[in-house]
Amino acid sequence: MFDISPAEWTAILLSLRVAVIATLVATPFGIALAWVLARRDFWGKSFLDAVVHLPLVLPPVVTGYLLLLTFGRKGLVGGFLADYLGIVFSFRWTGAALACGVMAFPLLVRPMRLSIEAIDRRLEQAAETLGAAPWKVFFTVTLPLALPGVLAGMVLGFAKAIGEFGATITFVSNIPGETQTISSAIYSLIQTPDGDAAAGRLVIVSIVLAIGALIAAEWFARRATQRLHGN
Amino acid sequence: MLRVDIEKQLGEFSLSASFASEGRVIGLFGASGAGKSSLVNMIAGLLRPDRGTIVIDGETVDDAAAGIHVPTYRRRIGYVFQDARLFPHLSVAQNLDYGRRMNGLAPDPAQHRRIIDLLDIGGLLDRRPGKLSGGERQRVALGRALLSKPRLLLLDEPLGALDEGRKLEILPYLVRLRDEANVPMVYVSHDAAELRQLATQIVVLKQGRVTSFGGVKVLT
Repeated sequence: MFDISPAEWTAILLSLRVAVIATLVATPFGIALAWVLARRDFWGKSFLDAVVHLPLVLPPVVTGYLLLLTFGRKGLVGGFLADYLGIVFSFRWTGAALACGVMAFPLLVRPMRLSIEAIDRRLEQAAETLGAAPWKVFFTVTLPLALPGVLAGMVLGFAKAIGEFGATITFVSNIPGETQTISSAIYSLIQTPDGDAAAGRLVIVSIVLAIGALIAAEWFARRATQRLHGN
Repeated sequence: MLRVDIEKQLGEFSLSASFASEGRVIGLFGASGAGKSSLVNMIAGLLRPDRGTIVIDGETVDDAAAGIHVPTYRRRIGYVFQDARLFPHLSVAQNLDYGRRMNGLAPDPAQHRRIIDLLDIGGLLDRRPGKLSGGERQRVALGRALLSKPRLLLLDEPLGALDEGRKLEILPYLVRLRDEANVPMVYVSHDAAELRQLATQIVVLKQGRVTSFGGVKVLT
């Protein structure tokens, strides 16, 4: 029963690649945004917060369609990127990574923001009195103390990215070997006669990946508390 | 050494202080709420005065009229807080080394050893701050501030969070520091006895105003 076929492997590896790239690219933006939301007060902050959370509540099809309009070959941003930088998203695995990254972003940012909010700002003041410029304070105090939260956010984002379906299939379709991730492969398989066994295997793979990610996120969260208490 | 002439409005509370001192240890005395911490935070650059000037070691670090406000990290001060504020993710040794690294100073093993001996913290170097007692934490915080080679050391009720026994444990280190470390200090306390032992000059603050200034005898 558990003989994973080459076609299934292709989908699994593609999912992993898409999710890893999506997570890695989203992380610096996520950290920056988490810091801004945790530390700055400015006009329009709640609006920014709402926009970040939008992919979580919007129908994924809508997000996918908006991505298509913006980043498609004829889209405003997509056209520019394709013409000047040679980066094409539509019907490519890069587009799948973009869709997954956007969908995972709210989940990725949240633990990062919470962990930055939990940091005692008086420690940062202490660092400043010891001669650390603000950017050094960030890299030697803020970020290391927030690191478990950052990793937890990455894990959650990764788990979301690897399971993303609606926005991906809307934006880049379901092309085996290029944009067919585990989710879209399952979708295709359960619509094919005799596809049940293969679909079942991929379902088990997704469950294992998801549970693994949750356990990892939990572990990082526990590390965070230890770190903040200096044990 | 230190010249302060500032005004600051903090909500309902107004702080207005002016004094100049060449003393080795300036004791800032007053009840809680008298404005001592705000004043020290202004000397550290963590608060910005509304009006007036602060001069440390001949350098004007604040001059509201001229728009000068040197940021904290460029003031070359050391600050020992009541609650130590050691970095929990770093070992004691890394905490001690932090200021030197941030200021890009060359390692100075002789001074390093001298301060570690002075404060008796050689046995704690590999530990994490979470595993230290309150008194140990405060000694490490003192060492950390001193090793950044400050030109002025600010101590804001460094014994405030400790019980009587611990206070008596730290006090001798502070006396040694005053006599051997050769760094001028501003020592904030509401405890007259503490200041009599340590300070060479006293500034008395009451409700945001300097009410007396002079030798230790003003504490009577």
